[in-house]
Amino acid sequence: MALKGLDIFKLSPKTNCKDCGSPTCMAFCMKVAQGAISIDKCPHMSPEAIAKLSEQTAPPMKTIKVGDFTLGGETVLYRHEKTFVSRCLYSAYVCDGMSDADARIARVGAVDYERIGERMYVELLYVDHCAEQPGDKYLELVGKAKASGRALILGVKDAGLAARALELVKGTPVILNGANESNYEAMNRLASEDIVLGVSAASIEALYETVEKLEALGNKNLILDVGAASIKDAFANAVKIRRAALKNEDRVFGYPSIVNTAALAPGDSHMQAALASLFTARYGSVIVMDEMDYAKALPLYGLRQNLFTDPQKPMKVTPGVYPLNGADENAVCATTVDFALTYFVVSGEIERSGVPVNLLISDAGGYSVLTAWAAGKLSASSIAKFIDENAIESKIKSRTLLIPGKVAVLKGELEAKLPGWKIVVAPNEAVQLVRFLKEFAG
Amino acid sequence: MPFTNKPQVFNASINTVSFGGQGCSVTLGGANVYPLYTFDAAIANMPKIGVEVSDLGCDASIPGLSEFYRGAATVAEQAARAAAMEGADFVCLKLDSADPNGKNSSVEDCVATAKAVCDAVTGAGKPLAVMGCKNIEKDTELFVKISEALQGKNVLLISAREENYKTVGASAILAYGQKVSAESSVDINLAKQLNVLISQLGIQAGNTVMNLGSAAAGYGFEYVASTMDRVKSAALTQNDAMLQMPVVTPVGSDAWSVKEALLDEADMPEWGSREERGIQMEIVTAAACLASGSDAVILRHPESVKTISELISALK
Repeated sequence: MALKGLDIFKLSPKTNCKDCGSPTCMAFCMKVAQGAISIDKCPHMSPEAIAKLSEQTAPPMKTIKVGDFTLGGETVLYRHEKTFVSRCLYSAYVCDGMSDADARIARVGAVDYERIGERMYVELLYVDHCAEQPGDKYLELVGKAKASGRALILGVKDAGLAARALELVKGTPVILNGANESNYEAMNRLASEDIVLGVSAASIEALYETVEKLEALGNKNLILDVGAASIKDAFANAVKIRRAALKNEDRVFGYPSIVNTAALAPGDSHMQAALASLFTARYGSVIVMDEMDYAKALPLYGLRQNLFTDPQKPMKVTPGVYPLNGADENAVCATTVDFALTYFVVSGEIERSGVPVNLLISDAGGYSVLTAWAAGKLSASSIAKFIDENAIESKIKSRTLLIPGKVAVLKGELEAKLPGWKIVVAPNEAVQLVRFLKEFAG
Repeated sequence: MPFTNKPQVFNASINTVSFGGQGCSVTLGGANVYPLYTFDAAIANMPKIGVEVSDLGCDASIPGLSEFYRGAATVAEQAARAAAMEGADFVCLKLDSADPNGKNSSVEDCVATAKAVCDAVTGAGKPLAVMGCKNIEKDTELFVKISEALQGKNVLLISAREENYKTVGASAILAYGQKVSAESSVDINLAKQLNVLISQLGIQAGNTVMNLGSAAAGYGFEYVASTMDRVKSAALTQNDAMLQMPVVTPVGSDAWSVKEALLDEADMPEWGSREERGIQMEIVTAAACLASGSDAVILRHPESVKTISELISALK
């Protein structure tokens, strides 16, 4: 953010009263400039100064809440610059002109699984109103959609109908995606603190103006629709909006975005997946698709989990025993670290070999094998401790343990610490595991 | 105050690299804006799609693939079929059979296959890329012999690595005028180092592309995405000549070898069709690669090729 500590200091009381908890006004202002402390912690700052500063020290992109979900709040355009903070959300889509809307609503919960400690499911349901359909039919659909238990996006531009729909879904987290250049005043009257207002417009310039007008009316709980004129336009808008907010510090566009791939590629499930991937990587906050099935979910949720991890914190899997290929108590044991990438590569290769293996994952700080070893997180003691603490010897009869080739040096010490166990050094690289295991199993 | 878009157009640009013979060449790179940002400035060469053809034949357990290649008995016939695939810009022959841990085909046999495939693909009006078997020693030998046998065809060899770039670079590019992809593990510094080493052989920019490493979505793809983001940023904002090579990413081999694309429907009934899972894994991974800066992706399935090619056209 542009404001420097000295600029803030000029507006401060300069009394060094310490009421804010900092030793001097200068120290306090430096912290404010870094975003470490909020300006209103100083009880003596004049209201004008606070008004001026809180505007300028505000984050470039607002954090918008939809129920328990958090959207926006990003500070960088690329994850390597710091990290992304709010993962995008996926939504299924129904409209009142569809003959199979009921069946689609029933299938919203079809995808639900866990991957590296994260629940993967369709978080939202978009309920769209087609102009030629009667309002009552829409309300009926909204009622059914509410029963799905998902947070809802109501796609309706008629303020009267929107009011009735909102009445129906009281208590459900809602995005009312219906404001545009012409109806924003009426729509704004319906929005409240609990209802996020979606804004769309014919062009990005008109969108910008409409957001300015809504902000002037006091509404800063918005989400911006990138439009459905064409794939090219939608992508351009998503990038321009995010870039304006984060790079050019234009806070008018400092809101999350919504992308409707169901409207951009109607009926084309493959193109919708391609678009969902594109917008997961580039600046979609809510991404709408016709339906989510496992074929789409497995790669998309995996991609999202990858891109929205903090680059400074490695992804970890939970330590424990992972029986692969139907391993039972007689299957051999193998061990590696809890770094998610290592786990996936190793477990994938073991699965490919078809050989039943009990994979023991101990807590190695989320580092790769060599790094964990160098940092002392993977050692003969840590492996022996894991086997002892998890009572492996009473759960598994096999006394053979495969260790990663890169830490072959641990073999002697492990044999000393684990009497009765046969320690076998596996290959250096996971890709060599299939052949190794097949030969090992005979 | 009206909205003012501030386009990011750079004075630096990605190198252009062409491969393929007369009348059937393809050009990668050339952009002076971030990947796919056609709204900042026109991108002359939008990303291209290669179709992977293995010399072991197509995966017969995927109904859509075996249907597509039905009746194409030889690798050359399959390659010709791939060249005609809707959305295909080039064909990538993968010499899987050369793997010493597998079928271990002789170098002579592989060269013969490459020649036959090159004729078939060129005949169909498309350029050829040749991928090795990932065994460094075997690949080095293969690339040298293939470069010689296909002199004048201007094929793209995938890939030279730190261990063999001298031999491959010297023979393929300097002696026989082919193009080479430089492959490093997913890391910007390793990529740059290899490019520097190759340039020190006296190889001019315009003869090499980069393979920055790849992964299927969900399998450490964050490293791939961030490495590509950083490489494109250094190439454009800092005019780093050693990172301005176009990026070629073989997506198909990763996408089709993860559990999601391998497990039979019988093992995971709720996951549904295995083929559909493989297609979606390939599509999602490829689209994410394009977003981060691949100038070409190499895919396997006709349906993924069609979808990704439509996506690229739509963004043009």
